[in-house]
Amino acid sequence: MAEATHGVGGLRYDPAKRTRAPEWNVLGALILIVLVFEILNRMQGGSFLFNMRDNVDAIFNKQRLDIMILQVAIVGIIALGVTQVIIIGGIDLSSGSVVGATAMIVMSFAQTAVVNGNPNPKAIFGDWAMDLPVIVPIAVGLACGLLAGLINGLLVAYTKIPPFIATLGMMVSARGVARWWSNGQPVSFPTESYGSLANGDLLGGMTFGILSWPGQNPAVVFVLLAILFHIVMAYTLYGKRSYAIGSNEAAARMSGINVDRHKVLVYAIAGLMAAVAAILLTSKNLTAQAGMGVMYELDAIAMAVIGGVSLAGGRGSIIGTVLGAAIFSVIISGFTSIRLDAYYQEMVKGAIIVGAVVLDQWRQRKRARG
Amino acid sequence: MSKIILETRGLTKHYGGVHALEDANFILHEGEHVAVVGDNGAGKSTFVRQVTAVEQRTSGEILFDGQPVNFSGPLEAREAGIETVFQTLALADDLDVPSNLFLGRELFRFRLGPFSWLDRKGMRDRTLEALKTTAVKIPNVDNPIRNMSGGQRQCVAIARTAAFASKLVIMDEPTAALGVQETAQVENIIRGLKDRGIPMILISHNLRQVFDLVDRIVVFRRGRIVASLRKDETDGNDIVSYITGVKGGQDPVAA
Repeated sequence: MAEATHGVGGLRYDPAKRTRAPEWNVLGALILIVLVFEILNRMQGGSFLFNMRDNVDAIFNKQRLDIMILQVAIVGIIALGVTQVIIIGGIDLSSGSVVGATAMIVMSFAQTAVVNGNPNPKAIFGDWAMDLPVIVPIAVGLACGLLAGLINGLLVAYTKIPPFIATLGMMVSARGVARWWSNGQPVSFPTESYGSLANGDLLGGMTFGILSWPGQNPAVVFVLLAILFHIVMAYTLYGKRSYAIGSNEAAARMSGINVDRHKVLVYAIAGLMAAVAAILLTSKNLTAQAGMGVMYELDAIAMAVIGGVSLAGGRGSIIGTVLGAAIFSVIISGFTSIRLDAYYQEMVKGAIIVGAVVLDQWRQRKRARG
Repeated sequence: MSKIILETRGLTKHYGGVHALEDANFILHEGEHVAVVGDNGAGKSTFVRQVTAVEQRTSGEILFDGQPVNFSGPLEAREAGIETVFQTLALADDLDVPSNLFLGRELFRFRLGPFSWLDRKGMRDRTLEALKTTAVKIPNVDNPIRNMSGGQRQCVAIARTAAFASKLVIMDEPTAALGVQETAQVENIIRGLKDRGIPMILISHNLRQVFDLVDRIVVFRRGRIVASLRKDETDGNDIVSYITGVKGGQDPVAA
């Protein structure tokens, strides 16, 4: 193509000086934060992510890395769904509670009849629901998440109430379902095949044993879903519609996009991601409790916002969210590694979320000034 | 006389008790460029919103291409061949130029419902082509249009309309916010439409522009059409007399 060197009105335009993708800034921040915690740990005579003691071969502190990745993966899966909701200009506050409700329901269909020679002490249903093929709890779980997401989407699209309110209602109700399901009792003892969903070696299975990463299936699923979401958001009509709606809903409507139907689809997929997280979480822990997933919705939103997804809608990317998830998890592990009390961690977490939003506002103002 | 492309009969729009548009009888012929002028609140934009089905009319008939039409929304009107540049830009700020040009009518590599694969290169190539024929210069079409000037954004909106124009183009004050050079570009696009024989309705406050570009001038006053004059049979003072009500009074005129 013939590059135009002059803009409208004959203004000089420098094609080399383009806006840098904000994801690079997030990546820079990630590296910086890792280094800061590494230095802080060294000052205390320990190490953070890098092993440089003479008696250890590995470059990375594998144990810490494994814990970190597991932590980030499950909430990260939720964050993928939440990211596309924020991109269309919405918000989903219900995902943590949907994880809780789905966890309880899923586990009831994943139980095994006999535990150590005795009947399952936590049985929810009768024999008919025992030792079902693993596909049953998976299908039930996905259906739960899909239903919650559909309700969110229908409320937002057709009652025109703000997404904040619609999903706040779902947040409270779904938590109620989680507590009511077994009167607050945990649901435990799943079948072996259900337990292996999270604890098996999916990567080994996928690569015919060439690679192996036992016990890290949530991370493998997270990476696969992140790639899928990235492709969908960047290369398909679904992504184009999402960005268009978040950018200018009236324009999207006028261009013939069925905005309401698209919103329902986006919220439904977000609900589906909460269900995937619930399945992996219960499989990992081999139990379900009514309090599972509390605050996950805010962690997921924080990951997206830290990764540069704008709460105003229209801007952000899956790559940003993945990097944001990494930063989030590095900060949490970092505080643990320097033995900062858990209470302080929550306070700092809150400050980080607010800080990320302030930064986003600041970025927008700066852009408006040019 | 050549074929009639658009006709309205007794077109009326009331917003509650406000009679924004009253018994508008309007005719546009094939290849004809008509300007709609009038004071603020005279009913020009209301008229356009009824024709493009952004709003639903209170009463009256619209005939497009010889057929009575009842579009349920702007999309249906667009699919029938009416391309419109609205006063408020219908652009998505966070998308680049090709995405805006093809918003709602994307090109695909393959179809898979909402997950259809976009033909990004095809859309980009056709965008550059469209911008070339309209002589609009956009330095980098891959940037989000948020970072562009008002004039560039307006040019994108107009290029979109011109590129997809098939049967009728409607422009609602396309140069209201533009500088001298940008206005000249938009006027060139409009002349291009004339050369291609595409009929147009231009809403404008700029009488110099109106006399430069169109064949016929229709004057709205207080929700009614008060005059329909061929360009060569009138002048600026005459038009202003109709706009301000010195001439024409309240009697509706068939346009």
